[in-house]
Amino acid sequence: MNKPNNQGYAAIEAKVKASLQRRQRQETRFRLVGVGAVLIALALVASLFGTILSKGLPSFWQATFEIDVHFDPEIVQIGPKPVQASGESPAQFKERDMAWQMDLGFVDFSQLLVNAIAKHIPAAADSPRDAIALITSGEAFALRDRIVADPSIVGKTVKLKLLADANVDVWLKGNIDRSLPDDRQQLSAQTREWADKLYADGVIKNSFSTAIFLNTDSRSSLAAAGLAGAFMGSLMMMIIVILLAVPIGVASAIYLEEFAPKNRITDLIEVNINNLAAVPSIVFGLLGAAVFILWFKLPMSAPVVGGLVLTLMTLPTVIIATRSTLKAIPPSIREAALGIGASKVQATMHHVLPLALPGILTATILGVAQALGETAPLLLIGMSAFVSAVPATPFDQSTALPVQIFLWQGNELRNFFEGRTSAAIIVLLALMLSLNSMAIWLRKRYETRW
Amino acid sequence: MNNFTVAIALLVLAALAYQMGLVRGRGVASLAGPRATHSRPGYHGALAILRAALPAFAIYVLWVIFGNQIVHTLVLGTIPIEFLPQDAMQQKVLLQRLANIATGFGVLGEAQPYEMAAADAMRHYQGLGQVLVAALMATVAALGLFWSWRTTTAETRARNKVERAINIALIFCSAVAILTTVGIVMSMLGESLRFFQMISPSDFFFGTVWNPRFATTGAEGQSGFGMLPLMGGTLLISFIAMLVAIPVGLMTAIYMAEYASNRVRSLVKPVVEVLAGIPTIVYGFFALVTVGPLLSALGAGIGLDIRATSALTAGVVMGIMIIPFISSLSDDIITQVPKTMRDGSLALGGTKSETIVKVVLPAALPGIVGAILLALSRAIGETMIVVLAAGNSPVLTANPFEAVSTVTVSIVNQLTGDQDFASAQSLVAFALGLTLFVMTLILNVIALVIVRKYREQYE
Repeated sequence: MNKPNNQGYAAIEAKVKASLQRRQRQETRFRLVGVGAVLIALALVASLFGTILSKGLPSFWQATFEIDVHFDPEIVQIGPKPVQASGESPAQFKERDMAWQMDLGFVDFSQLLVNAIAKHIPAAADSPRDAIALITSGEAFALRDRIVADPSIVGKTVKLKLLADANVDVWLKGNIDRSLPDDRQQLSAQTREWADKLYADGVIKNSFSTAIFLNTDSRSSLAAAGLAGAFMGSLMMMIIVILLAVPIGVASAIYLEEFAPKNRITDLIEVNINNLAAVPSIVFGLLGAAVFILWFKLPMSAPVVGGLVLTLMTLPTVIIATRSTLKAIPPSIREAALGIGASKVQATMHHVLPLALPGILTATILGVAQALGETAPLLLIGMSAFVSAVPATPFDQSTALPVQIFLWQGNELRNFFEGRTSAAIIVLLALMLSLNSMAIWLRKRYETRW
Repeated sequence: MNNFTVAIALLVLAALAYQMGLVRGRGVASLAGPRATHSRPGYHGALAILRAALPAFAIYVLWVIFGNQIVHTLVLGTIPIEFLPQDAMQQKVLLQRLANIATGFGVLGEAQPYEMAAADAMRHYQGLGQVLVAALMATVAALGLFWSWRTTTAETRARNKVERAINIALIFCSAVAILTTVGIVMSMLGESLRFFQMISPSDFFFGTVWNPRFATTGAEGQSGFGMLPLMGGTLLISFIAMLVAIPVGLMTAIYMAEYASNRVRSLVKPVVEVLAGIPTIVYGFFALVTVGPLLSALGAGIGLDIRATSALTAGVVMGIMIIPFISSLSDDIITQVPKTMRDGSLALGGTKSETIVKVVLPAALPGIVGAILLALSRAIGETMIVVLAAGNSPVLTANPFEAVSTVTVSIVNQLTGDQDFASAQSLVAFALGLTLFVMTLILNVIALVIVRKYREQYE
């Protein structure tokens, strides 16, 4: 044996100390890298939300006129609104009513608006083109709808809130470079000057606008474009998903977990479901286009097709989550039920399923939240078409919230729609986050640890 | 006879059937004594519902699906041949017109005599059909009730029959998942085969020019359908995404599983998982308005020409999207590594980081590889981020600073807009989809097998 002397011990000790120091430095470094990774992930979440909120929140407030509009009978020359006479068939009445509305369509509503503005800026009467550019074009039709709703308004003066044009909004918020030369500005120099003056006088205010919630999408009147149609479309699809995916998914999870014999077929089904969960969503869109639209001849762009596609997409999620909930319920519960003479169906339906209910509910909500944000498959079944009406039935044309976001981000008026898109994203995220927190709350509230 | 009244009638029928079965079940039970009866009265009730209400419901569903068609065919049959429009579109318009006359809504202009006659026929056939269907439903329901009433004895195995029905319903529900897969494969294969009749597979799989929009004239346009540029773009973007996601995701997972206190864990984990719940369209918008311009400005600062929408932008944002995916899967896998292995390493004097790098990670490696493969398959199939941020320019390039296009982007481009589903321009989307499906399927299967093996190893 080779015993080291004192000097040898010291050398080894020094060596060990050095290596220990090195190893501990390594340890610290490794740890710091870990902290760094976590910080990067958190910073990414923060910057994502920061971007969306900073761009989106201001656009819930829009430049809005608060102005007296006189429904001048000189301009609005229109007969009384037709009433269905006795003995008149609905088709005939409809024709007469259409003719009346057609007459109304010839009224120069813009003139009413120009006159209203001219009360504050007399010069506006001389160049109506510059004046009318201040107010978004849809408001002229809103005046018409007011008369249709209540013809007695003609001759009266009403204080109205009218949305300013999208470009006026952009100009007043400073979202466009004010020093750009005239030929690169969207508005004429005259209109811009008036916009500033009206804003200074308090006729135009930056006030909270409900247009984004209550209106449908619009191409002509950009400042009034809203999410109502898309929201309704999404809502219909979510109802279809809940009505179909939950019963089918839960039933199939129960069968696979509780009843199915363990053989190759159930093995195949299991592998198949796990795979379906990881199939790209766009493939489901192709399936929808081929099967529902090409083969079954269902209408394009309809929420019913979107709902079916999203159902197929959500199904694996619901099945997998329900199965894991069922797995977590201890066998003793089943055995106790079977032991006192319950059949297998009774044991499952009366004892296992009620215990699994909170977990199933949580899984369902998470699945629905995921389906709510899905865009790609909807594009393939034609839901990216421009639709300016709230769908009345699931067979009507419609868009969905995420698709509306996709459509708006591509709008040419970037200065306005960057904010509008962010606002729509805030609405979508708010819906999803509230669904998610509902799921978390349910899980916390009813969670049982066995 | 609208859906609502039928629904009410069916519900009433079901309640009646249940009540009858219940009463009958109780009757036989009280005669035979509780020990000699096989099923509880409720099961007799449920069985009566299955025998009476279910067939009636099935008949109504068939009527809803096929009834209109039958009536329309009959009505069109009554119209004199000289007035009968030839093409289907005009027939539809005529039928709508007839329906308006028949319901009394009226039509504009004078209705022709033959139209009046046809509308009468329509009213007649509709009424007749409804009466027939209602009578049939009532008969079937009555027969079902009668059958139940007559055959109920103390020995009737009502429970087994009801449970059998439940079992069959459950099996049908499980079959939906299989049918979905079959549907995907059939529809993709069918449409792809139609595509490959126009364009040869070798041109599709190995062609290097993707330009389908302008190559509309069948055989001459073959050169426009090469998918290599798209595949190149897809792989390039996925590679960049993995470069971003693997280090950050894995290190986050390691830190959360091994170092973080419970407090930090419970705070940070949900926040990172928020990233996983955000819709991809939001990431796409984020890429477009924030990350793209930022990268472009950074590139300009160091003298690189980076386009705002490029493979790099799309890849980086896709990486961000995948971080929580990798981190939560790896976290689970790392926590599953048995504590004894760590203790062994620590007892031999290893530092924590040495334990992690030399013991825990090698043990967890198969699982982590599985997680990465799953993430990769998700990156390949991701659509909205690349639609918005990759720049949509299908060129074969390895330069991440240039705009590229991907398989998914092309699927969206080919199937949106006013294209005819029978043209090669639309059908190519299904061929691309099939390629995508097969690629992700292979990745998923490998990943699932690995993950499953790994689970078994430590369970």
